[in-house]
Amino acid sequence: MRLAQAGPIPLDAALACAPGEVLGIVGPSGAGKTTLLRAIAGLCRVDTGRVVVDEAVWFDSALGLDVAPHRRAVGLVFQEHALFPHLTAMGNVATALTHRPRAERPIRAAELLRRVHLEGLEDRKPAELSGGQRQRVAIARALARDPKVLLLDEPFSAVDRRTRTRLHAEIAELRDGLSVPMLLVTHDIDEVVRLADRIALLDRGEVRLEGATSQVLESPLARELVWGETAALASRND
Amino acid sequence: MNPEVGGIGASGMDWEALAVSLRLAGWTAIILLPLALLLARALAFHRVPGKGVIEALVAAPLMLPPTVLGFYLLTLFAGGAPLGRAWAAVFGHPLAFSFSGLLAASLVFNLPFAAQPMQRAFESLPPDVREAAWVSGLAPWAAFWRIELPLAWPGIASAFALTFAHTMGEFGVVLMVGGSIPGQTRTLALAIYDRMQAFDYRAAGAMSAALLAVSIVAIALVQGLSRRVGRRNG
Repeated sequence: MRLAQAGPIPLDAALACAPGEVLGIVGPSGAGKTTLLRAIAGLCRVDTGRVVVDEAVWFDSALGLDVAPHRRAVGLVFQEHALFPHLTAMGNVATALTHRPRAERPIRAAELLRRVHLEGLEDRKPAELSGGQRQRVAIARALARDPKVLLLDEPFSAVDRRTRTRLHAEIAELRDGLSVPMLLVTHDIDEVVRLADRIALLDRGEVRLEGATSQVLESPLARELVWGETAALASRND
Repeated sequence: MNPEVGGIGASGMDWEALAVSLRLAGWTAIILLPLALLLARALAFHRVPGKGVIEALVAAPLMLPPTVLGFYLLTLFAGGAPLGRAWAAVFGHPLAFSFSGLLAASLVFNLPFAAQPMQRAFESLPPDVREAAWVSGLAPWAAFWRIELPLAWPGIASAFALTFAHTMGEFGVVLMVGGSIPGQTRTLALAIYDRMQAFDYRAAGAMSAALLAVSIVAIALVQGLSRRVGRRNG
């Protein structure tokens, strides 16, 4: 994947992520992390670039190719869940199953909700679920799409620390069964240490450093760009 | 006592005028709501060139004196004007002082009542919920039916209630464009005025009570639906 644009949020990044690998994307606020995920999902269009997932070209500015978001097999977990408030947990997950035969959808939706430990809560609407439960529904919905790439945009920032720790363990367990590339945008260093195989450090839209998690996080640049902000965020959340 | 003479019931209710009002309100809602929905959605979600001007034009009937709006519409509908001439050539009758003319005027003066609640309803949808629908594999049309419309329906129902009630009660524009022809353009609001002129307070009272009931039901419906939206978004 290579994406570039001059504005409104500058971006000039080239990244690759292997199937089954979790690539953590960290960087200060405004670095373009969310824009990067949105561009892969087709929710925003950048000036130039190319997005290739599992040999399918989703975006190629040189060819004038831009596949619509609903035609990209992408699972995106939003920061604030973005669940459909009028649908039950089951309905939310089933909505992302329209590519499967109708008869199969409820069975698959129930199976995914079980996988994220939400059995018994299938008929609850988002307003009747806790923050952690909502985020589990969002993860099940993203998986329901049978994605070729899973994008997680600060997925646990809206839940408390205890729930976050529990969700980390669940995601770590889930990822073992997934063979798609996963991009995790986060401010949480614990999260990235626990979940990511590699890290890309983004600053002002550019990948400044990329490599093994510990190697990147121990670099002076990461200390300058990430640690300070994370500490400030952590103290604000506490 | 003769219970009904010329559409006037024993209670003084002008049933013929009530029928005209209901027909006008019904047709206005049926024609205007889909058009206003498209306009409201475009204004809420897209970068429309001249958006501010369009919004001002949509809101204009709220601020304009009904007689001013009625005057301009009558000028447009008159046989000498291009629109009035074209209408007469195609349909064989003039647009002014006809039910069709009244309906056309009703579509104009109800535009803010239909468009604004729906625009607010669409604007209140969180952008990431629409995006979640797309990345879940729903094409824009499917996302509209399955996500946007069910979430915006209280605004759509409010628009229906307001448009219906406002059409039932509109007086100035209806009088100027329709001319109060019994059975064709005399609505209940105009019939009340006629009865008052004739010092028939019983009939005016009965008809006023009917319009009052329509307004109260509409307001209750709108407030109930607004609370529902507030609860869901809260």
